[in-house]
Amino acid sequence: MRPTREEMEAAFDARFPKEFHQAVASARVAVAGLGGLGSHIAVMLARSGVGHLFLVDFDRVEITNLNRQAYGISHLGQPKTQALTALLREIQPYLEIQTWNGMVTEENAAELFGGYPIVCEAFDRPENKAMLVNTLLCQCPDTVIVSGNGMAGYGDANEIHTRKIMDRLYVCGDGKTDVGRGMGLMAPRVAVCAGMQANQVLRLIAAQAGIKED
Amino acid sequence: MVTINGEQVNAAGKTVAEYLEEAGYKTAYVAVERNREIVPRATYGEVLLEDGDVVEIVRFVGGG
Repeated sequence: MRPTREEMEAAFDARFPKEFHQAVASARVAVAGLGGLGSHIAVMLARSGVGHLFLVDFDRVEITNLNRQAYGISHLGQPKTQALTALLREIQPYLEIQTWNGMVTEENAAELFGGYPIVCEAFDRPENKAMLVNTLLCQCPDTVIVSGNGMAGYGDANEIHTRKIMDRLYVCGDGKTDVGRGMGLMAPRVAVCAGMQANQVLRLIAAQAGIKED
Repeated sequence: MVTINGEQVNAAGKTVAEYLEEAGYKTAYVAVERNREIVPRATYGEVLLEDGDVVEIVRFVGGG
């Protein structure tokens, strides 16, 4: 039986202060790209009690995604926006989810993401990552970006870290491991990077709500 | 001297585009901040680096 909204809310870890729970529940976060990074970021934010997620991707779930993305066999062929919505509903049925199925471009990025105080950049290709970061930093003065950059292979995962690079740009990753030339993506380092991005989002939510970290 | 990603570089007088090319960056893969302001990509060819500037260049790699 599906738990009630009240039961789900009561299950939030009561050891955290109430203000933190409220800040997370009223937070609105956008995730741009629902691959290995974005699918896991969304799952972690849903588990953390984030109240509203905006999920953006143009692609469908393929068998080659299963090595590192949050999807399963039952999602094959579905648009990632739809598959991830179904997955998140299994975790947090009362989460507000908005989706947009399409290609993000320099022309539409500001309109899509400008209303979000926090955007996770979770694209795959470097030119798309750079395009989104440049466009949002130039055109969306109220948006903070948490970007994933460098998580390929199976090298030392301790090289993946979070850095505040600009006032409104945090970058998680090792900054160097690129896909191609014998280097692919594997679940552990991708999930480490996604976890860092999701954690940085929680820190930003707390900071934006004026809650100090201990 | 210009501080670029924390290092002192003799790049004063060059445009952002010139520096990026010399240093081997692809403009399509980077974001550039100069003195805490994002440099719009359309202006890379015009913005001149000056003595004392503090520049951050993020180079994006593939994977996600």
